[in-house]
Amino acid sequence: MTMQPELQANPGPILETARNQVLEQGIGLSESQLLEILRLPDRDLPAALQLAHEVRLRHCGEDVEVEGIISIKTGGCPEDCHFCSQSGLFDSPVRGVWLDIPELVKAAKETAATGATEFCIVAAVRGPDIKLMNQIKFAIDRINEAVDINIACSLGMLTQRQVDQLASWGVHRYNHNLETARSYFPEVVTTHSYEERLDTCNMVKDAGMELCCGALIGMGESLEQRAELAAQLAALEPHEVPLNFLNPRPGTPLENQGIMDGKDALRAIAAFRLAMPRTVLRYAGGRELTLGDLGTKAGLMGGINAVIVGNYLTTLGRPADADLNLLVELNMPIKELQKTL
Amino acid sequence: MIPHRSPGSTGSTTGDAATATTAEFCGHCGEPSDVGAGPASDVHHRCGERLAMEPPRYCAACRRRMKVQVTPLGWTAECSRHGMLAP
Ligand code: SF4
Ligand SMILES: [Zn+2]
Ligand SMILES: [Zn+2]
Repeated sequence: MTMQPELQANPGPILETARNQVLEQGIGLSESQLLEILRLPDRDLPAALQLAHEVRLRHCGEDVEVEGIISIKTGGCPEDCHFCSQSGLFDSPVRGVWLDIPELVKAAKETAATGATEFCIVAAVRGPDIKLMNQIKFAIDRINEAVDINIACSLGMLTQRQVDQLASWGVHRYNHNLETARSYFPEVVTTHSYEERLDTCNMVKDAGMELCCGALIGMGESLEQRAELAAQLAALEPHEVPLNFLNPRPGTPLENQGIMDGKDALRAIAAFRLAMPRTVLRYAGGRELTLGDLGTKAGLMGGINAVIVGNYLTTLGRPADADLNLLVELNMPIKELQKTL
Repeated sequence: MIPHRSPGSTGSTTGDAATATTAEFCGHCGEPSDVGAGPASDVHHRCGERLAMEPPRYCAACRRRMKVQVTPLGWTAECSRHGMLAP
């Protein structure tokens, strides 16, 4: 993908508005304003990314938060999220498997050695049962004995009791994605509702854990729905938004959905930053395919201020060194560990 | 060590039962592979590219689905018959 490096002399009026509203006043763009960003012509994209970068620097700072993620229980999920290779309802080649605790601790140590401050334990489940909760408790204790790193979890939909347990065990952040706009959600998931997702997100916040609530774009949603999603996320005020780009997985209902256009992905990055000036906006899955190396850099200079280092749950990411070296090249320091709980 | 590779895979076996002499099946899609008879077929060319970005899912020797574990800095793929594959 090529980017025009020069900024346009006269960027569109929405960028002028955004400069005043988001950069100067710290007020995120509305849904209709976000749609204007998503519709900007290619010639205005460098200016949009530049503004998003300024917003990120002004309201978040120059640090980049680095995280590693790991699957403690892979595959065999009873839900039907149409993008997911871990659903047991599709003919996906991903087999069900559990990771043992020594391997998990080893991975936490390796992750911390990259400079990462976050380690997120993920399970492919509708929600955790007692067995999984017990394993998570055991895993948290073993990791805490072995290495200094913040532990996050992503275990699906929670009950209030489970939220309280995780908070009391020191889980400082919980991931539960909205994935897509409310209006598009029924096209993508039929086994649970948007409201159920929101319920878990709100309980997590109310319990004092940081909410990590992400998006997966490029699933066939319209630009209007992409703007809707950014506005719905902004309304939730999550601490972090991981931004995924669809990587069409074999055997899933979305396997034939094409890979999202790189410039549209960059417009989305700018839009999400302009919707949420203070949120940690993390590069998550699919960026390697959608953006490649050049686009990855453009996004980091266009509003992104966090990365998942190394591999994802079932697919491989860029080599950790490639991202860490890029941060050095861009003069972006890695955020240091602050135990928040 | 006997090769146990799929088109595009950079993995090597660590199991002691790796008895395959050629990669019979594509590690990505599980369909028969023509590796060993010449350059990778067009059919599996894209599979080869994908295997740079994800671990193999099918054993190249017997087409069993493997138990794959991905960690931030590595992965393993295990066939119950042909052992463990790692990068
Ligand atoms: S709930 Fe999670 S693991 Fe299960 S199908 Fe949906 S995205 Fe995949
Ligand atoms: Zn193939
Ligand atoms: Zn085998």
